[in-house]
Order: sequence, then C-alpha cells, then structure tokens
Amino acid sequence: MSEPWEEEGPGTIKKFMYVNRKAPYGTIYALESLEVVLIAAAFEQDVSMAFLDDGVYQLKKGQDTKGIGQKNFSPTYRALEGYDVEKLYVEAESLADRGLSEDDLLVPVEVMSREALAELMNEQDVILSF
Amino acid sequence: MKYGILVNEGPYQHQASDTAYQFAKAVLDKGHELYRVFFYHDGVNNGTRFAVPPQDDRKIAELWSQMAEAHGTDLVICIAAAQRRGLLDEGEAKRQGKDGNNIAPGFRISGLGQLIEAGIQCDRLVVFGD
Amino acid sequence: MSMLHTVNKSPFERNTLVSCLGHATAGSAILLIEDGVYGALEGTAHSDLLRGALADHSVYVLGPDLNARGMTDDQIIEGVSVVDYGGFVDLTEKHEKVQAWL
Repeated sequence: MSEPWEEEGPGTIKKFMYVNRKAPYGTIYALESLEVVLIAAAFEQDVSMAFLDDGVYQLKKGQDTKGIGQKNFSPTYRALEGYDVEKLYVEAESLADRGLSEDDLLVPVEVMSREALAELMNEQDVILSF
Repeated sequence: MKYGILVNEGPYQHQASDTAYQFAKAVLDKGHELYRVFFYHDGVNNGTRFAVPPQDDRKIAELWSQMAEAHGTDLVICIAAAQRRGLLDEGEAKRQGKDGNNIAPGFRISGLGQLIEAGIQCDRLVVFGD
Repeated sequence: MSMLHTVNKSPFERNTLVSCLGHATAGSAILLIEDGVYGALEGTAHSDLLRGALADHSVYVLGPDLNARGMTDDQIIEGVSVVDYGGFVDLTEKHEKVQAWL
C-alpha cells in the first residue's frame, strides 16, 4: 500500500501564507516566524508572507536594537529573496493607519488593499499565523 | 481527514494548549487522523516532564504524553525554539554539554521542517496561540 | 474555497475581531474561542461588530469557553450558534482551511 504523499506525488505544491500581525522585539513571534519561513523555503512550496496590523512594523527601515540588547534581525527580510521567498505582501490600510508609506519599508514589497489581501488569503492552502 | 496542529503557547500562561488538547481529543474521537502536533515558540514548554502543577490542577504535559501513548500521536517540539528555552532530550543534552534532560515521554525534538511537512501532508493545519 | 476564521481575543482588549471581520470574505465562517467569546455577547459596546457580520457570515462561539466565563447561550447575539469541541472539528472539516487570528 502506498503512502498518501506518494499518491499525491513528490511534485505536490501547496500555497503557504505566513501571516504576520505582530510588531518586532516586544515579543518573539516576528523573529521566530521568519525562522519558519527560511526553513520553509527549502521545501519548494509556494510561499508568501503577509504583513498587516502591527506586522507592518517588522519591515520599518532604520531599526537599531543596540540599546535593548537584542539582535537586529531586520536585515534578514532583505535576504529572503536569496531563498526564493519573493512574495511579500503589505496591507495598505495597515500602513496608512500607522502613518507609514512604502518608502518607510526596508525591502521591496507589494502593497495591496485589505480587500485584495483578503482574496489572496482565500487562495491559500495553508495559513500559518504567529 | 488528516489533521495537523500547531501550538504556539506554553501551558498554564495561556489557554492555547488547553484548547489545542481539547481540539486534538475531539479530532481523535471523531475518527480523524491526527498526523502531528507541532510545538513552537513558548509552546515547546508543553513538553517538559519537570513541571509540577498543584494537585488539583490539570497536568498538561502528562495529558499530551497519554495521548501519544494511547493513539501514537506524533508530538514534535521545535529544536530551535527548545534550545532557546531550555528543553532538551538526552541526545541534545549530550551534544550541548548539559547535565540533564527534561523532555516528557511521547515528545520528540526535531526541526521546523516537521511543521512544513505537516502542512504539506495534512488536509487541515489548525493553529493555536496568543 | 471557504475559510473558517478563529478569533481568541476579547474585542475590548485587541483589534483581532475587527481585523478578522475586515478580511473575512462573504461566505466564510467565524468561530469565537477562548477570550474571543466576549465578542459574541449581546448588549455590549462591541455587539454591533458581530451583528453586522451575520449578514454574510455564519458565526459560531465555543460553548465550553462561554460557560467557563460565566456566560450562557441566551446571552449571545441572535443568529450566533454555539458549538462544542466536536463542533469545532466539524467546522474545520466543512471549511477547506482555517485561519487563526491570534
């Protein structure tokens, strides 16, 4: 009897979305979520990251953590491209609510409306929220 | 139907692992397959056998261990999150030169790939956290 | 492809329910669990939030969480259904994916 994943075949690609709604440093979610995405990249799935609500603060330029004794992990977002994680979606309303614009972000992203992001969430197979 | 569960919070501090456990039990009661429970962030603390809750409180780690024993449930603790928080099995303790290990029966320590794999293999991946 | 959204925060403390409702497309289901159950109560400052969502969503609340917090089924907004953990599992079976709003 074959295992189910053999039936599905090695080429099975699911859409994974990593939903980030929390600011960095105050809690560890942003950092450890990023660690999941880096590992996930090796599985050759269709990976995207969504940044909404306070999650948009993860991408703020100019993070300087020397004063709080934590590692500044924000440069890692710029390294994601090297892992073929290229779909970074940022919600326009979340940026605007916080007085931010695309120019405030440290990495190229696709800014989209809440409505468009909601549709994109619907298209996913697996949604991981941290 | 094949289920995966992600637990992002430790026991007692937050209800997440209680809810995850009750949900997991209901999944099994309904005759579904529980493919894996993955513990991440502070969720790794669910897997310590050194917790000694008051007598009239539920023993969360034991409940998970019993589930693993009765149903063969795969309980996986993320190694990176576990190392940060002092959760060690025998092999890790030896490798890191620590003088003891504290992992509860039925749990095993492994990489984040186990989470991604659960996402690929399972029909549903349900996240519990804070 | 319909989605089940879970919300586990009180609307009095966090924007989680607001954010969930802002992203839940018509036809998707919403399940309130843990402290999220406070969002299902009638006669609160936030009752209108969920009442508005009932037009194009099915809304559920986890009964054990409601009862644990001293609330009963007759205190929730009309149209919201109470489920137990088994019902929670059934909802995840019925909807192709689950999004946890944490």
